[in-house]
Amino acid sequence: LLAWQAASGALRCEEFSFALEASVFGPFRRWRLTAFLLLAAAFSASAAVAAEVNLYTTREPGLIEPLIKRFTETTGIKVNTVFLNTGLAERVAAEGAASPADVLMTVDIGNLADLVKRGLVQPVRSEALEEAIPAALRDPDGNWFALSQRGRAILVSRDRVAEQAMTYEDLADPRWRGKLCIRSGQHPYNVALFAAMIVKDGEPATDAFQNGLKANLARKPAGGDRDVARDILAGICDVGLANTYYPALMLSGAGGDEQKRWGEAVRVVLPTFKDGAGTHVNISGAALAKNAPNRAEAVTLLEFLASPEAQRLYANANYEYPVRRDVEPHPIVAGFGALKMDPTPLNAIAAKREAASRQVDRVGLDR
Amino acid sequence: LASIVEPRPRRAAPAGPPGCAGHGRHAGLSLLGWSIALAVLLPLVALAAIAARGSGDLWPHLLRHVVPYAVAQTALLLAGTGALVVAIGVGAAWLVTAFRFPGRTVLAWALLLPLTTPLYIVAYAYVDLLHPAGPLQTGLRALLGTGAAGAARLPDIRSLGGGILLFGLVLYPYVYLMARTSFSMQAAEQIEAARVLGASSAQIFRCIALPLARPAIIVGAGLALMETLGDLGACELLGIPTLTVSVYVTWATRGSVEGAAQIALAMLVPVAALLWIMQRERTGGIHAAAPRPLAPRDLGPVAGWGAAVLCALPVLLGFVAPAMHLARLAGERLVERGLSPRLWEYAWNSARLAAIATVVAIAAGFTLAFIQRYRRADGPTRVAQTGYAVPGTVLAVGLLGVLSATDALIGWSGIARLREALLLASAVGVVLAYVARFLAIPAGGIEAGYAKLPRALDEAAQTAGAGAAAVAWDIHRPLLCPAIGAAALLMFVECVKELPATLLLRPLNTETLATFLYGEAARGVYEDGAMAALAILLLGLLPIVLLSGSMRHGGAAAA
Repeated sequence: LLAWQAASGALRCEEFSFALEASVFGPFRRWRLTAFLLLAAAFSASAAVAAEVNLYTTREPGLIEPLIKRFTETTGIKVNTVFLNTGLAERVAAEGAASPADVLMTVDIGNLADLVKRGLVQPVRSEALEEAIPAALRDPDGNWFALSQRGRAILVSRDRVAEQAMTYEDLADPRWRGKLCIRSGQHPYNVALFAAMIVKDGEPATDAFQNGLKANLARKPAGGDRDVARDILAGICDVGLANTYYPALMLSGAGGDEQKRWGEAVRVVLPTFKDGAGTHVNISGAALAKNAPNRAEAVTLLEFLASPEAQRLYANANYEYPVRRDVEPHPIVAGFGALKMDPTPLNAIAAKREAASRQVDRVGLDR
Repeated sequence: LASIVEPRPRRAAPAGPPGCAGHGRHAGLSLLGWSIALAVLLPLVALAAIAARGSGDLWPHLLRHVVPYAVAQTALLLAGTGALVVAIGVGAAWLVTAFRFPGRTVLAWALLLPLTTPLYIVAYAYVDLLHPAGPLQTGLRALLGTGAAGAARLPDIRSLGGGILLFGLVLYPYVYLMARTSFSMQAAEQIEAARVLGASSAQIFRCIALPLARPAIIVGAGLALMETLGDLGACELLGIPTLTVSVYVTWATRGSVEGAAQIALAMLVPVAALLWIMQRERTGGIHAAAPRPLAPRDLGPVAGWGAAVLCALPVLLGFVAPAMHLARLAGERLVERGLSPRLWEYAWNSARLAAIATVVAIAAGFTLAFIQRYRRADGPTRVAQTGYAVPGTVLAVGLLGVLSATDALIGWSGIARLREALLLASAVGVVLAYVARFLAIPAGGIEAGYAKLPRALDEAAQTAGAGAAAVAWDIHRPLLCPAIGAAALLMFVECVKELPATLLLRPLNTETLATFLYGEAARGVYEDGAMAALAILLLGLLPIVLLSGSMRHGGAAAA
């Protein structure tokens, strides 16, 4: 086991030699020791890297890699990444005080709030971060920082729907009976939208909204946001909900000609709640791990991610809205219109997440 | 006919191996069995510890608003999938074993191909292919001249019915492989005697072949059902809110890992029932003194081509169609961007982890099956098999707890002075996860193989003074070769496809094909992952080709 572990390079070689000499091989035959020392030499060479930072991310490698490459080029700090999904918090928690995690990067305000609630992060005070990121898009205590924003948009059929401005509440209107497509009501993106509505109007109003949505469904909630555009193209439905970057990704042609047709079949409406205050925005963000072994490098990475250069990379690679006011979104995204963020505090939305999710069960939106 | 298949009561003799006076002599074996079962038991215990932290008022809510519907959906999905996998798997296995028809030799191994495709990939591919805006329906509309997309549509694949169809088409090889192994290892004499007595092929199938293969069929169907029960990706895509989907929602959307663990543990109740049925049904069967393959009969030209078409259909639908779709997507990306050099690295990681896990699991599974036979103690095997039905993500969370506790123990005991975690987030952790998840495959498969070996063999060996190890290694291992090969194949392919545990437990800077593919799919560009998906299929093909060779070789040797 130890030998294998050394071979996979996770154990530093001097530790390994100590462990081996002290307890495992001790008085063992000489040739084994020789073989081991050779092995150790081979690994000590590769272990000699100056500065490192360990990034645990639920953001996909395809998106993160260009950012990391640029970061290492600029700062000389090597980034070790592991791409995780739901288990990110569990893994960091299980690793405990020995966790190598420095920066935790994830999407959805609920996930960020969870990291804080479970005591897996530490606050950061950084002028660079506070200057770059508007107050609404970071935790008041510095526990997390948004790195990009995405609006929850309404997609409508370009051919069959004339509406230019809509509210989320409009989707529950009986005129869309049998014409609405959404992904699972339990998906964090939808739950956050419902939670925001609970914060604004209370549970009964949101209950009525969800019942209205359910009555309007053209098909059972399934798949992802891009299925909404495809289903609109196919005439299964006329309206639906999707994050802003999905139609942008389709229109960019990066997903091929077929997806371009999906994107061209829909028009993106940036809706507001009925109070007209703004569009529901969710974020991707990052936090500094509680037991970060490379704290300074981690803060450098966070600051880099909020820099104009990284924000431009974000905006252009994944068609999200940058958090910096001085960086423009991608032209395709800008074409959807100006994003005006609904002012409901993100932490308040996260706090109503459970209530919203249970409501989805009660209403039976996914049934 | 009835007298031929009269089941021999297997449990009539008092427990204990023949010729073994005291149980104490083999207490070591039991200990070994239980320590293997620990690999599965410990994560479950860790889950129970998480579950015991409590989930507030979750259950009244669940029972009222979630469980009734989720249970109904899950039960329907399981029933439908079970019926379909048995029908396709047994039918194809019998046709291929008992008859000679055009394309038989190719189909015999081609029928295994759907094994290589992860369920969620097939689901993605089929949603693409069958979507009203997809190639099939667009083509049909063009052909029939029925203009717009909204006009006429085929039923949506994103439904319970669609799910049953897809699961059936992808999972039938479990039954096919087990049934075929059983058909080819079972007594040809009985069947030939029946033929001489004038029994029709249908009679032979119904009265001899089917009862003889029943243990194997049940194991295969059990594996398929457990995989169905644990699936998340395909169910989410198809909009089937099963129990596993509720586990995931409780965890991912509500941030309650405790609640998720509780539901997952509660789901073990039906699994235990399933395992109990598998065990009870397995007591039938007769033992062939000299197993040799059955000489296949010729079919007439019409029947022959009919059989060929019947056997080709599941291969086409379960493998060729989705694989072609992936190949088309991969081809487009290849022209556009060229082959990513990192793909080789990912493929190597996948192959390496899967190969190590397969060796470990086969050794563990063989040991368990042997102990079960030799000691007539099936506790460890049953426990070990439950891992398969726990949703992968949840089992991985349990394992996370076990690994971190083990690390703490190692650090505390001073064996190694740890600066970093040793097992957690290491290749060892991933391999343990694979073994814990999929131990049911070798344990069950080899156990089913054992059902065909007469106990007289053991008795003779013991009379000649052979110890337990000698019986296992020199007598059983060569005879069980087909069963072990089949189990190794299944295990390897499962590991290559495995996603949730790999994702959660792998070391820094390590991507496998499956995790890379997931990353692309999660970004909404699963087309970019098509190359990785295709690589998963190719990697899975490798052992199938090897196995088909060894099956032929084994068959020839037995004859």
